[in-house]
Amino acid sequence: MINLSILLIIPLVTAVLVMLCRNNTQVRMTALLGSIAQLGYSSLIMFDYISQRATGNTTQMLYQQQYSWFSRLNIEYYVGADGISVAMIMLTAVVVMSGILISWNITKWTKEFFFLIILLSLGAYGFFISLDLFTMFFFLEVAVIPKFLLIGIWGSGKKEYSAMKLAVMLMGGSALVLIGLLGLYFNSDMGHGVHTFNLLAISKMHIPLESQLIIFPLMFFGFGVFTAIFPFHTWAPDGHSSAPTAASMFLAGISMKLGGYGCLRVAAFLMPEAAHHYSWIIILASTIAIIYGAFATLMQTDLKYINAYSSLSHCGFVLFGIGMLTKTSLNGAVMQMVSHGLMTALFFAAIGMIYERTHTRQIAQLGGLLKTIPFIITVFVIAGLCSLGLPGLSGFAAEMTVFMGSWQNPDCNYRLATILACASIVVTAVYILRAVGSTGMGPIKNPDFLTFKDASWNEKLASATLIICILAIGMAPFWLTNLISPDTQIIMDNIGRVAIGK
Amino acid sequence: MGIEFLQIMKSEMILTLIIFILLFLKVWDGIKSHKALLNITNFLLFINLAVGLCCNTDGELFSGMFHSNSTLIMEKAILNLGTFIISLMAFDWLSNHKHLLEFYILLLCTLLGMDFMISSGNFLMFYLGLELSSIPLAALCNYDLHKLKSSEAGVKMILSSAFASCILLFGISMLYGTTGTLNFKEMAPLLTFNKLQVLAFIFAFSGFAFKLSAVPFHLWTADVYEGSPAPVTAYLSVISKGSIVFIFITAMFQLFQSYNAMWYNMLYLTILLTITIGNLFAIRQDNIKRFLAFSSIAQVGYILLGISSGTAMGASAAIFFLVVYTFSNLGAFGVISLVSAKTGKENITDFKGFYTHNKFASWVMAICLFSLGGIPPTAGFFGKMFLVTAGASRGSYLLISIAVMNMVISLFYYLRVIKAIFIDENPHPISNLKGSPSLRLALVLCIVGAITMGFASGLFEYINVTLTGK
Repeated sequence: MINLSILLIIPLVTAVLVMLCRNNTQVRMTALLGSIAQLGYSSLIMFDYISQRATGNTTQMLYQQQYSWFSRLNIEYYVGADGISVAMIMLTAVVVMSGILISWNITKWTKEFFFLIILLSLGAYGFFISLDLFTMFFFLEVAVIPKFLLIGIWGSGKKEYSAMKLAVMLMGGSALVLIGLLGLYFNSDMGHGVHTFNLLAISKMHIPLESQLIIFPLMFFGFGVFTAIFPFHTWAPDGHSSAPTAASMFLAGISMKLGGYGCLRVAAFLMPEAAHHYSWIIILASTIAIIYGAFATLMQTDLKYINAYSSLSHCGFVLFGIGMLTKTSLNGAVMQMVSHGLMTALFFAAIGMIYERTHTRQIAQLGGLLKTIPFIITVFVIAGLCSLGLPGLSGFAAEMTVFMGSWQNPDCNYRLATILACASIVVTAVYILRAVGSTGMGPIKNPDFLTFKDASWNEKLASATLIICILAIGMAPFWLTNLISPDTQIIMDNIGRVAIGK
Repeated sequence: MGIEFLQIMKSEMILTLIIFILLFLKVWDGIKSHKALLNITNFLLFINLAVGLCCNTDGELFSGMFHSNSTLIMEKAILNLGTFIISLMAFDWLSNHKHLLEFYILLLCTLLGMDFMISSGNFLMFYLGLELSSIPLAALCNYDLHKLKSSEAGVKMILSSAFASCILLFGISMLYGTTGTLNFKEMAPLLTFNKLQVLAFIFAFSGFAFKLSAVPFHLWTADVYEGSPAPVTAYLSVISKGSIVFIFITAMFQLFQSYNAMWYNMLYLTILLTITIGNLFAIRQDNIKRFLAFSSIAQVGYILLGISSGTAMGASAAIFFLVVYTFSNLGAFGVISLVSAKTGKENITDFKGFYTHNKFASWVMAICLFSLGGIPPTAGFFGKMFLVTAGASRGSYLLISIAVMNMVISLFYYLRVIKAIFIDENPHPISNLKGSPSLRLALVLCIVGAITMGFASGLFEYINVTLTGK
């Protein structure tokens, strides 16, 4: 029997144990074992979920648990999972485990570092399984503040500035979400003037259109800040590039997905009319993000900034898919979330490994590294190819689905946006190949490079895990599609209740 | 009368008894050791706290001048708890101070005054309690006799509270003149929109706003907080403010219920100003006590936001938040008292690199500040959420948006302190400070409270039950 609360208990216990550890080795081992246990349990949930669906269980949310928490305000601890949540949980488990492996050699305040990483993951797990908007918001905010400390203490570059900017902007986003949340709460009606935060109950109610038109933009842009929606993206490049490797992986791999998931699950699912009404704004903002992100990346000379800006562009595809409001495009958006999560984590891991050896991330100072650290550069190349959408890797499957779905939207302007978004891939190819080429190929720029040791066991393990997942999705995208499509169908049905089209 | 009389006035009786015991100890002068005296006092305060939680009786005395019910008993328990924690954290400061028992005698007199004030059912009793609770406070502010700033704080405190009392008293006298009674219950139905009564209400409201240090009546707060010794500042910001909030709720919900629509508009403006100005000024502070003064002004704005809903839910949110605020703010002040008692440093820049040698104290500070900022998983998140939810029930998106956006601003300045403690480098950070066991106990209590209170849904439900009676 699957109990979703265990997903929260494992990180909690791990975090407590980490604080009780005596030395750094114990801390690392505890954190690693905790994350492996979490990955194991997440896989168990995934297999059980697939088998339950296969036997014809069509309940929207499986493994539901519902306890009254603050009964006077109708706040519940209410969790449950559908295919989308399961996919996101798996993503989180994989990225967190690789993140812990990559940060094996952290020596400054090791205990606090791993504690904060695990606390972050706790927030993400809780967010993905919550079916009560209050608990969901609680977990969303849990996943913000540890980032401030992670970037501020262990980061590099202008870390204080980036950490503060990230924390304040993300909290601003969640403040918008909070206002929207209260709007939803007071517009819900369970009879006798009783309000509710229950997501499934609200989805069955009809929120008045005029309220939707106020609440939807708050919610969408609130969550959108987490996904670095244009024009609230400025925290992302600074935050990503100043953060320590594991935090960058988490930030780009999972944290940005919190926003996408929220946009889909809360904003679009609960307020379908407003989603239709505002979809042109979403498409506009995300198309700008996609194109602007791609061109901004061209100008970067720092490897981390390259990946940070390209994340901007790639996360644009998530919102793009949601804004198009067709079933395939929603599928594509979810696939892009998973794919980008894995790919960007791998990318940051590779950059982190290079930086740890060369102590520079400036492309101009790198070169010929393939000769000295072949494994790491190979990982780097794979991440790059996935990012530019090479068939056979996850990026291709996801972006293709987004484009196919977007084209199904018959509106002329939307098709123009699709064409523009497609065109950005060419730009992606330019910057990725340039970065990969000048880092890995060519003459060895610096004699010190000859002394480097290639990846250690933990780095190899982390990279291998991520690469396997990327390949699995790239080679066999249908299993991911099958996992999520019944649930995007439900969201589409809710949206379909209002007339299709504009 | 008889035994019932003792039961209804139980908390006041116990407090009076403790004050007398301390007076006798002072006169007897038999115990020379400061530590022993402090431990005895702390023990007595603990008994006070424990007795406050048991054998409660509802009832009225002196023909409605004094009354007691489960809400009031709970409110008194919150004040007792806060006083106990403050007493624990004053240990390090007082053990080197010449005048020890006088501090406690004055402190407990003010607490007694607050108890009377909260329980009052009549303006006479209310005013008596208010004055008993504010005059000794001025002496407490001035307790570091050799410091000029401390004297300044004392003078400012006495002048401003006298001024506030005057305004309040003026309002009360007009109410008496138009209704012919001082009893809350008798007065409430007699209140109409008679111009003199409305004016009286505005005066009374301003008097409360003064005591609550709500903007635009907040100017005394920062100077008084900065000059007073850290435990007194803690007492001012938590206990003194808390008691005023309690009586304010009673006054607004029972006495001035018929002015509901009017005081909502007045509160609306007060809240906007209080939250925004409190936050904006807090950003610019360098002294950590001034910083917390402005942050506590902003917090009062949030409490008023809950009260502005005019519902039992809002009142319970406000009381619940005060419990959370007691733990969080006292935790922060506990660390400040420790640092200030050992090193005399009180600037935010002095806290740079504090984490290097003081891991536990830094975490206490961080968790308490997060709680004040409303960051989960600390209790402050729940407190703020309930206040905002209650405030939103009247449907003003503008007010809620501004309140919520201000939470982001407040986060910014709380993070500034966190940044100084954890991130900033300092070649000469504050060395390892070893506080007394009782101070450490206070910190542990605060950190446990600041983390667990939010998850304790039972407490919130209990508060709501006592207020609604169902």
